[in-house]
This record gives sequence, structure tokens and C-alpha cells, in this order.
Amino acid sequence: MMSHVRATRVLPGFGLSLGFTLAYLSLIVLIPLSAVFFKTAGMSFDQFIDAIGSERVVASYKLSFGASLLAASINAVFGLILAWGLVRYTFPGKKIVDALIDLPFALPTAVAGISLTALYAKNGWLGQYLDPLGIKIAFGPPGVLVALIFIGLPFIVRTVQPILEDLDAEFEEAAASLGANRWQTVTRIVLPTLLPALMTGFALAFARAVGEYGSVIFIAGNIPLVSEITPLMIITKLEQYDYQGATAIASVMLVVSFTLLLIINLLQAYTAKRQGRTL
Amino acid sequence: MAGAAARLAPNPRSASRFEANVATRDPGLVKVVVLAIGLTFFAVFLLMPLVAVFAEALRKGWGTYLAALIEPDALAAIRLTLLAAAIAVPLNLIFGVAAAWAITKFDFPGKQFLITLIDLPFSVSPVVAGLIYVLIFGAQGWFGQWLFAHDYKIIFAVPGIVLATVFVTFPFIARELIPLMQAQGRDEEEAAITLGASGWQAFWYVTLPNVKWALLYGVILCNARAMGEFGAVSVVSGHIRGETNTMPLHVEILYNEYQFAAAFAVASLLALLALVTLAIKSYIEWRAGVAAQVEIGS
Repeated sequence: MMSHVRATRVLPGFGLSLGFTLAYLSLIVLIPLSAVFFKTAGMSFDQFIDAIGSERVVASYKLSFGASLLAASINAVFGLILAWGLVRYTFPGKKIVDALIDLPFALPTAVAGISLTALYAKNGWLGQYLDPLGIKIAFGPPGVLVALIFIGLPFIVRTVQPILEDLDAEFEEAAASLGANRWQTVTRIVLPTLLPALMTGFALAFARAVGEYGSVIFIAGNIPLVSEITPLMIITKLEQYDYQGATAIASVMLVVSFTLLLIINLLQAYTAKRQGRTL
Repeated sequence: MAGAAARLAPNPRSASRFEANVATRDPGLVKVVVLAIGLTFFAVFLLMPLVAVFAEALRKGWGTYLAALIEPDALAAIRLTLLAAAIAVPLNLIFGVAAAWAITKFDFPGKQFLITLIDLPFSVSPVVAGLIYVLIFGAQGWFGQWLFAHDYKIIFAVPGIVLATVFVTFPFIARELIPLMQAQGRDEEEAAITLGASGWQAFWYVTLPNVKWALLYGVILCNARAMGEFGAVSVVSGHIRGETNTMPLHVEILYNEYQFAAAFAVASLLALLALVTLAIKSYIEWRAGVAAQVEIGS
């Protein structure tokens, strides 16, 4: 068996490249991450429940998950509209818009955070018009939402765009020739094809939003029970030298992240399979 | 973002093909409405925050702007940011190439699982990324006692910042290379080896030219994140001015001290870095697109 496997390997470097990959992965990622679970395992059940179930922490879950869901939903709608515009229409300045979609990937989160705060504060470019209307964005939960919309938008656009780009005109031509009007074609033929990609983008945006820290903390106001996000609770515990508490919350976040990662992988595999079938 | 350079080949097939086709053309009014909604959203949520950085930075004039940048603490922060990126990017570059070589040139069980593990740092909150190193190297951590006894400092010092940066930028280069090298297969390298090339020669003269754009793409994205990382670095830094402050952390300190113009001045450098990154990225996508077209044409 062994000799057979070797015989099929013409290329050298398997041992070296895989060995280095596994060693580096273990040292930088796997062993450090395992520390969270070892440390958590050292806690008693009551300690653990106290740490992850205190009123302030539970309020932070509600805000983090609620705002992340809402932001991903808003981005799903507007990101789809943007992706549609970018793929289907010609308009001046399109190349610049397309390039700037990735801005949230490239712009450091702290920069986004202070900039959004400046925009939505009472005297900011947008805040000065919203404030007289009684709409307060900065220094409260709506600020968290705005920051999460900012960082999530490219995930939707960039997952939907290539699928829409590769969609064969044949399907729409067939629908049109069979008498469907444009609205029917789009809602019954095109959008269902985009759905898996849209869901992947949604899950990616949501996963990123749940863990986001830098862009949120400046604009959130960080009021206990009102506008504290879960990552901030970890920082707060660390600042009080409550390492166990911080680690317990981190373990909850890791379990959520891993679950989302699994869902995203399944969605991507499904999308790839569908693409393979339809094209 | 995954494997973007590999699949991009943007818009040699422009949108006009949809607008010219009766079956895929939307009514003019729909186009106007869709673009109006999409571009307004784009302008409010992406463009305005970008413009605001520069506007706020220059609010008190160029004098204040420049003074904020040449102040010693700012210079120290810039140096540390460059140092962290200068270590993290090459390390993850070597890893990315090794991982892509192992995964795409050989068959072994558990490959898909390995790819998932490589992506792991992307799904971990930056704050948790910082915390894990505190748990290992911090005063109460696994190696805390030993490090203290031997007078090594990792947490609240430069090594911790570098480690956290390496963690958050870990998958960038690997995930650009893997899909592309998977698509390209092994034939060319195998031919080179059969013709007498050594493994390194096959890599330098066959693999590398084939993946150079994806490699560069991964490197610039990795670099942008390395220089801009905030959450993870914030946990391990300890915020010692002039010593363990990176540029994003310096921005935070200035901002919390109500030195808004100075905070935005340093932030504008980072925003500039983001714009340069996006410009290079667009250039690479354009080049990769041209290359793909040439290949189709020939």
C-alpha cells in the first residue's frame, strides 16, 4: 500500500509542506484556541453559569445577536440590490463603486468606528439632520447596528455578484419566450438561483458581526445592559482580572463561531454543487 | 473573498450584454430605481465614512495634521505597526505557500477538514484571538510563571502584538492560493519533474509564475489587515504609549483623550493604506482578467 502511494507521488515536498503546515497551524491556532476550553473545563459548573449567565452578559448576547441579525438582513436586501446594479447595468463610475465595495475589508475597524461616530454624533454630517427628528444613532444600540451594516455589506455583494455574473441568459430567455413577464422571471427564476449565495453571504456577514469589536465600541456608547456587545464583555472581565469569566464568555462565542462556520461550509458546498449542475 | 483572484476575471463581459438582450433587460424605470437605492445605500454607508476620515483629519488645518503625524508617540506607533506587519506577512506567506502545496499537489485523508481549520481564525472574534494568547503567555497563563522567572515578556509587549497579528491574518494567503492551485492541477509540475527539474525548480519556474497574482492579492490583503488590526492587538498590548501602541491603538487613545483632529490624522494614514490596497487589488483583478482573456483567446 505504502509503496503504491509513493509511486503515484511524482512531486516532492509532501512531508515538508504538510509537516510545516500542521506544525504552524497547531502552534498559532489550534493549541492557543484549545486553551479556552481547558481553562473553561477547570471551572465548576456554577462558576461557568454565573459567568455566562449574568444579567449584563445576557443583555450583551441579545444586543450582539439581535443587531447582527438585523444588520445582516438589511445588508441582504441592499447588498442584493447593489450587486444587481453592478452586474446588470452600465452606469458611470461603476468601476470605482465596485472597487470601494471592499472598503470595509481594507479599512481598519477602529478608523471605521471613529468615522461613523463622527458622522452620526449630534453635530455630525448625518447626526445634525437626524437629531432634530428625535433619531439618535450614536451612543446607543442603533449605532451598533450602523457599524455592523458597514462591516457586513461586502460579504453579501461579493457572494452574490459572481453567481449573478455567471448566470446564463438562457434561463431568462426561456422564461421570456414562454410568456413570463420580467417580474415573474426575476422572482421565480433568477432570485431562487441566487438564494444559496445570498444565504452564504448572510451567514458570513452575521458571523463577522457577532465577533466585531473595533468599529462598534466607539459608536456604541457602551452603556451597561443597553449597548454593550459581547466581545466588550470579554474585555471588561479581562480589565477586572477576571480571566475565568472572560474565558467562559469566549467559549460561548467560540461555540457560536464554530457552528456558524459549519453552516457556512455546508451552504458553500451546496452552492458549489448547484452551480455545477446548472452550468 | 475566498479565492477572489482565481475566479474573478471581472467584466470583460460587461453589463451591456444584459442590457442589449431583450430577455435580460430591465425596464428603464427599474434600472433608475435600483441604481438610486443601491448607490444611495453605498454613499451613506461606505463613501461617507471614508470621506469623513479625511475631512475630520484636516478640520484644523494642515499644521495640526502634520504635527499629529510627526509627534514621537505617533512615529513609535507607525514603527510598531510596520514591524508587526513585516513579521506577520512573511510568516503567513511561507505558511500559505506550504499549505497550498501540500493541499493541492497531494491527496491525503482529512484534506477538507484541514482547509476548514486554516479558515478558523476568520471566524474567531478578534477579542477572543487576543484572549487566547493571554491565557497562554499572560501572568496567570500556562507559561506565565516560567516567562516571569526568566524575565521574558510576551503579553503587554511587542511579541504578543506580533502573535495576535499573525493569528488574525493567518488564512489570507493560503485561501487565495488553494482554490487557484486546485484549479490549475498538477500536470505542469509533474511534467517539469519528469523532465529532470528539482522540486524547487518546479516551484520557482512553474508554480510561482502561475500563481503570482493570487499570491500578491493575498499579500496585500494580509498586509492591510495586519496593519489595521485593532481588537486582538488591543487585548495583548497593554496600551503603553511609545512602546506597545500600534497605529489603530494610537488612534483610540487620541480619540478617547478628545484629540479628535490628531486621532483622525493618524486614522487618515490608515484610510490611505486601505485605498492603496483597494487600488492594487483592482489592478490585480484587471491583470488577472486580462490574463484569463488571453488564455481563452489563444
